[in-house]
Amino acid sequence: MKENHAQEAETASLSQSRSGILWETKPPKVIRHKLDKKLNRWGWKFVALSIVLISIFVFIPMIGALIMSFQTGKGVNIHFGGLTNYQRLLTDQTVRKALGNTIIYLIIQVPIMIIFAMIISVILNDKKLKGRSFFRIAIFLPCITSLVSYSLIMKNIFSNDGLFNQMISHLGLSPILWTTDSFWAKALIIIAITWRWTGYNMIFFLSGMQNIEPSIYEAADIDGANVVQKFTYMTVPLLKPIVLFTSITSTIGTLQLFDEVQNITQGGPANGTVTISQYIYNLCFKYTPNFGYACAVAFIVVILIGVLSMIQMKVGGKDNQ
Amino acid sequence: MKKKNNAVTVFKYIFLIIIAIFSIFPFFWMIVSATNTAREVNAGKLAFGTHLMENLTNLFHNALNFGSSVGYSALIAVITTVLALLISSIAGYGFEIFHSRARDRVFNILLLSMMVPFCALMIPLYRMFSAVGKAGLTGFGLNTLFAVISPVVCTAFLVFFFRQNTKSFSKDIIEAARIDGLTEPEIFLQMYLPVMKSTYAAGAIITFMTSWNNYLWPLIALQDPQKRTVPLILSAMGSSYTPDYGMIMAGIVISTLPTGILFFVMQKQFVAGMIGSVK
Repeated sequence: MKENHAQEAETASLSQSRSGILWETKPPKVIRHKLDKKLNRWGWKFVALSIVLISIFVFIPMIGALIMSFQTGKGVNIHFGGLTNYQRLLTDQTVRKALGNTIIYLIIQVPIMIIFAMIISVILNDKKLKGRSFFRIAIFLPCITSLVSYSLIMKNIFSNDGLFNQMISHLGLSPILWTTDSFWAKALIIIAITWRWTGYNMIFFLSGMQNIEPSIYEAADIDGANVVQKFTYMTVPLLKPIVLFTSITSTIGTLQLFDEVQNITQGGPANGTVTISQYIYNLCFKYTPNFGYACAVAFIVVILIGVLSMIQMKVGGKDNQ
Repeated sequence: MKKKNNAVTVFKYIFLIIIAIFSIFPFFWMIVSATNTAREVNAGKLAFGTHLMENLTNLFHNALNFGSSVGYSALIAVITTVLALLISSIAGYGFEIFHSRARDRVFNILLLSMMVPFCALMIPLYRMFSAVGKAGLTGFGLNTLFAVISPVVCTAFLVFFFRQNTKSFSKDIIEAARIDGLTEPEIFLQMYLPVMKSTYAAGAIITFMTSWNNYLWPLIALQDPQKRTVPLILSAMGSSYTPDYGMIMAGIVISTLPTGILFFVMQKQFVAGMIGSVK
């Protein structure tokens, strides 16, 4: 080992004297190789802990969940059950309800929120607008609340005899049964999520718009394009990566919806608002624990997230190149 | 032409004002209700009352022990933030500064972990910590700080965030420091850390906020009623048969204060932390 080092040093000094001026700009191969090797070792040392932690707390549990999804039995009596859990999924009414609810949230709430966020950002991007920063802060403000906190505020405002119904009764309208009617309960969840996350998505659009040259809008003005044309033919295509990003993150978030439903409606009325995450939670911690089946249900979410993200990437990335 | 433009402008302002009212009203309602009795809240009173102290007293003398949960939540959030920043910044720096094809591949695999839904992880994690606790490793099983903190301490998001921000860190400084004979950890500590203050601030805000507001994992990991975080207590209060909304709103105000203060004091870093991922 020692000899090796000595030899390397020797060749290094030899090449140093031989190459002369070249040495100024380019270290000899041997030394560079040694340095690279050293840096490579440091590289692994720097990233090692993160790899270990993410493996222990994400990848290994993920494999654990996959294995568990093939096990049946409750409590301590657990054994291999093949595809039993997955067969049960097909006939489970609650799974069907939860999936249906999640899809309703997804196809109604995510587009509404993203369109709102875009329109608001387009308006706020106008430098001549007065009170820009006030509006920006006001619309962003819901993001500072915790999911539990805002859920409770919404639950209070929209309870059957709550503030909202008191207000509309002053206008002579009949109260809306936000928590006991399955349709309105879903509407309430959608209103709540939209309130909390529109401002969050808005800041992505605002930061994206800062990269758009104002001159192209001026050119469009000269060509006589109106507001709607500028929005649909210029802003939307230019912001496509951000539309893509916000819709993917919102989709992933919606598929994992838990806090809001748990705190506003607790999944009711009659599972009218239940989500997959909540059903998984109930299977493990509310009823007699059935971990194996709960893991099988969880894999619906895993697969949905994978498939939907891929579709969105395909659709969004198609004419990017 | 001018007239049409004016109409558009007026419409814009009306639209913005309506949206802003919608956004702010629940905050107004929360603060007003915190000063009113439960009965007044239920009656829809929209004016400030004089019962704030009473609500706070009820809150802190409640059997659910709100006071100690504030301390516990703060402890969890601070430890999580310090550890997460340290681990993720070292990793993000490592992936960017010493990048190689092999490590880039590993990095892409780590990014995949962002797509894994937590609902698929919570069951194995719960069983893992439960097994650790049963094996006699007290301090590492369920109902411990370790169980609440360790799964959230290193996220691919934060590693990615630091890697992205490291791209703007000058490589010349590193080369110069190497020639001066500094070791790699020294370069990280003495050169990188002080320069990246605002990145750390942004990362700290987002991590603190996520931890302070976290609900699902603490709900599972902390089954002991004596060890509850603020969101768990608020949720328990909200789901009681006759919730005292005066008291609950006071609790919500307290739970929103830290993130609210962070937002108003460090707006720039706050927003940077949130959008850091798409830069």
